[in-house]
Amino acid sequence: MRSDDQSGFPGRLFIVEGIDGSGKSTQLSLLQKWLESEGYGTYFSKWNSSPLVRDVTRRGKKKRMLTPMTFSLIHATDFADRSERHIIPPLKAGAIVLADRYAYTAFARDVARGVNARWVRNLYRFAVTPTIGFYFRISVDDAVKRIGGRDAISYYEAGMDRTRIDDTEESFRVFQSSVIDEYDRMVDEFGLVVIDARQSIEDQQVQMREAVAQALAGAPKMEPRA
Amino acid sequence: MSHFEFYGPGLPAVEASELKGKLIVVEGADGVGRSTHIALLKEWFENTGYAVLDTGMTRSALAGKGLKVATKGNTLGRIAMSVFYATDFADRLENEIVPALRAGFVVLTDRYIYSLMARAIVRGADPRWIRGVYEFALKPDIVIYLRADVDQLVRRVVQTTGFNYWESGMDLNLGDDMYDSFCEYQGRLLDVFDSMSREYGFHVIETAAQIEDVCDRIRNHLAPLLMPA
Repeated sequence: MRSDDQSGFPGRLFIVEGIDGSGKSTQLSLLQKWLESEGYGTYFSKWNSSPLVRDVTRRGKKKRMLTPMTFSLIHATDFADRSERHIIPPLKAGAIVLADRYAYTAFARDVARGVNARWVRNLYRFAVTPTIGFYFRISVDDAVKRIGGRDAISYYEAGMDRTRIDDTEESFRVFQSSVIDEYDRMVDEFGLVVIDARQSIEDQQVQMREAVAQALAGAPKMEPRA
Repeated sequence: MSHFEFYGPGLPAVEASELKGKLIVVEGADGVGRSTHIALLKEWFENTGYAVLDTGMTRSALAGKGLKVATKGNTLGRIAMSVFYATDFADRLENEIVPALRAGFVVLTDRYIYSLMARAIVRGADPRWIRGVYEFALKPDIVIYLRADVDQLVRRVVQTTGFNYWESGMDLNLGDDMYDSFCEYQGRLLDVFDSMSREYGFHVIETAAQIEDVCDRIRNHLAPLLMPA
C-alpha cells in the first residue's frame, strides 16, 4: 500500500474485513450512526461502485468466465476506481470514510484461489493504508449458520471455481477455510484489530468504538446534513 | 523442452513449460504500420507452413466491450483504467495466447504489455508498480519495435485518420489543441519506449524506409526463431 498514507489527510479511514456471515457490515453501520451522533461527517464506500466495471464483473460471474487472475484484476479495477473517487477525495475533505471490505479481501480470497501473494500485494500498492482495519473472526461453521444455507451462497463466493466441489455449502466450507487462514496470516502483517465475532453485537461495537475513539483525536467535525 | 517463462510469478495453473509455439510481439506507435506488417507476416508464416494466431489489444471477451465504453466516456480514473487494461490483457493471454501456444501456434500479437505499461507510465503510474502488475505475462520470443519519430508519426496521421482523442493524449491536458498534445504525448511515449527497448532487448526497426524493405528486415530478425532447434 501507499507509503504516503492517510496520515497526510485530515479525514480517517476505518475498514472492516471478515468472511460473509461474520457480521462486519452490521458493525460498520452501527459505527457510522455513532460517528454521526458525535458530530463527524461520514462517507460510506462500497464495492462495485463503478457501473461500468460492475457490468463487466457481473457478466463475467454470470457466464463463469473469470479465472483467478481476471477475478483478481477486475476487482482491483473496481477498487482502484473506488479509491480514486470515493476514498481519497473524501479523506482529503476531512470525512470519516468507512469501507465494508478493503484490499485485504483481495489478499485473502485471491491467494486462496492460487494467485501469488506478493503479486497481489503489489497490485494494490495504490491503496491508502487505513487508520484501523478491523477483522471480524468467525469459524466457517458459525458463518454458514448465519448465512442460512446453500441458497444464499454464490458460485464464486463458495470458491467452486477453485475447489471443483459440486456441493455449494461444502465448497464454501473448504474455500472459506483457506480464506480464513489468509486473514489470520495478515493480522500481524498489517496490524489488523481482531474482533471475536461470536460475541454479542453490543460487545463487539463497544470494542470497535474504543479503538476508533482513540484514532479520532484531531479529526474535523462537520455540520449535520440538512 | 519449452523455452517459455513468465516475467514473475505468472498465471495460476499454467505451466510455462507446457507451452510450445512462438510468441512474436509487434510494438510501435499508432500509424507506424503495425497492422500492415502483421498481415504480411501472417501470410509469410502460413505460406511457410505454420499455424498462426494474430491478436490485438482491447478485444477480450471479458472486458473488450467495457473498455470501449470507458475510452468513449472517459469514466474511469487513471489507475482504474490501467488495471482495466491489465484485466483485458489477462483474459486474452489466458483464453487466446496460452491455448494457441500450447497447441504449437505462432502467435503474432499487435502490441503487448509494453504499450500498456508505457501508457500507464506516461499517465503518472509508478513504473515499478505497473511492471509488477504485468509479471503474470509470458516473456515473448521476440519483440519487433517499429520505430518512427514524432515528425514521421504526425505526417502519417494527418494523411490517414487525422488526430484522435486518445492517440493525442488529450486526457492529459498537454497542449492547446490535438496537434500540440499529440506531439508532446507521442514524444513522451517514445522516451518510455526507448528506455524499455534497452531494458527488454527489443529488435528496433526504423520505419522510414519502404514497406518492402521494412518487411524484409523484420523477416531477417525472425529467421533465427524458425530454425529447428
